[in-house]
Amino acid sequence: MTRSNAPLVWSLFGAGGVLAALVGPALVFVTGIAVPAGILMSHDLMSYQRMFGFAQSWAGKIIILAVIVLFLWHAALRIFHMLHDFGIHPGVASKLICFGLPFLCTVAAFYWVLPI
Amino acid sequence: MADTTKTIEIEVLRYRPEQDKEPFFQTYTVPFEDDWSVLQGLQYIKDDLDGTLSFRWSCRMAICGSCGMMIDGKPRLACRTFLRHYHPNKLRVGPLEHFPIERDLVVVVEDFIRKLESIKPYIIPKEPRKLEQGEYLQTPAQLEQFRQFSGCINCMLCYAACPQYGLDSKFTGPGVLALMHRYNADSRDGGRGERMALGHSEEGFWGCTAVTYCSEVCPKDVDPANAINQNKMGSAIDYFLRFVAPRGAGK
Repeated sequence: MTRSNAPLVWSLFGAGGVLAALVGPALVFVTGIAVPAGILMSHDLMSYQRMFGFAQSWAGKIIILAVIVLFLWHAALRIFHMLHDFGIHPGVASKLICFGLPFLCTVAAFYWVLPI
Repeated sequence: MADTTKTIEIEVLRYRPEQDKEPFFQTYTVPFEDDWSVLQGLQYIKDDLDGTLSFRWSCRMAICGSCGMMIDGKPRLACRTFLRHYHPNKLRVGPLEHFPIERDLVVVVEDFIRKLESIKPYIIPKEPRKLEQGEYLQTPAQLEQFRQFSGCINCMLCYAACPQYGLDSKFTGPGVLALMHRYNADSRDGGRGERMALGHSEEGFWGCTAVTYCSEVCPKDVDPANAINQNKMGSAIDYFLRFVAPRGAGK
């Protein structure tokens, strides 16, 4: 029996799943409903200046990157497995799309978020 | 008062390899009472209507795991599924999915048995122990680590539910993986290393795509999906830490 290399992607998937479950709905509520509509929270809670300052701090960068990158890998592996369940089995094409795309997006996220 | 005038139509998948080219459905009209299980309906067919029908059964009380079959497309034990839930509609009964048909509702179980044996489903003591050393003691907390997973009756409903096993039968499958966890998680057991070479592989825990239908159909609430997920976590930790803190076999 050869040891599976699945843990490499699965650990990102697992971390993304935990994060999505913990902060996903709250993020959707705050950024998508509460702040834009001014319900419970004021509009300038997420003003450009505040968000810019947030993204400039190291804590802010880590949080932004974690949410983007880990969510992405979680979705990627879920889609990869779901394709398999629907009869599109793991092959070069599905691996390239399901793992290549989030990899490129990960690199892009670091490239743009880090220098802010 | 029992109402014996009610009848229900049962469509049963028939396949007798020596005379049938391919499986087909045969419909029987069965008089039944409210407390009749699907198994009792099949027994009525065999005893009173058509003695050629074959199906496995034994205990009639969801403990032997013999009468697993597809009932209206869902993997269920025939003995704990009631005809009244389908009346006045008809119901359709077939052999467990993902297994070759041996005859009528009887499936070939060799693959499952071979897998079950391969994980050494018994306690392998950590060290040889003499009789005078007495029994193994276990705290309630240690018992809780595996008790839920020891409820498996090998009925194979989870195998009929698992799309992964249906696509590729090399996958060890939910029931056997839950049993592997049951023994690995037992404080008296020292066999984890022997079992985990399979556990760490694609044929083991990593072959699961987390559909979790196995846990939904389990008649004994074993929750194989939970056992597999716990082991993915353990196997992932072992994957990264195996060189500094080995937790068992791994190649």
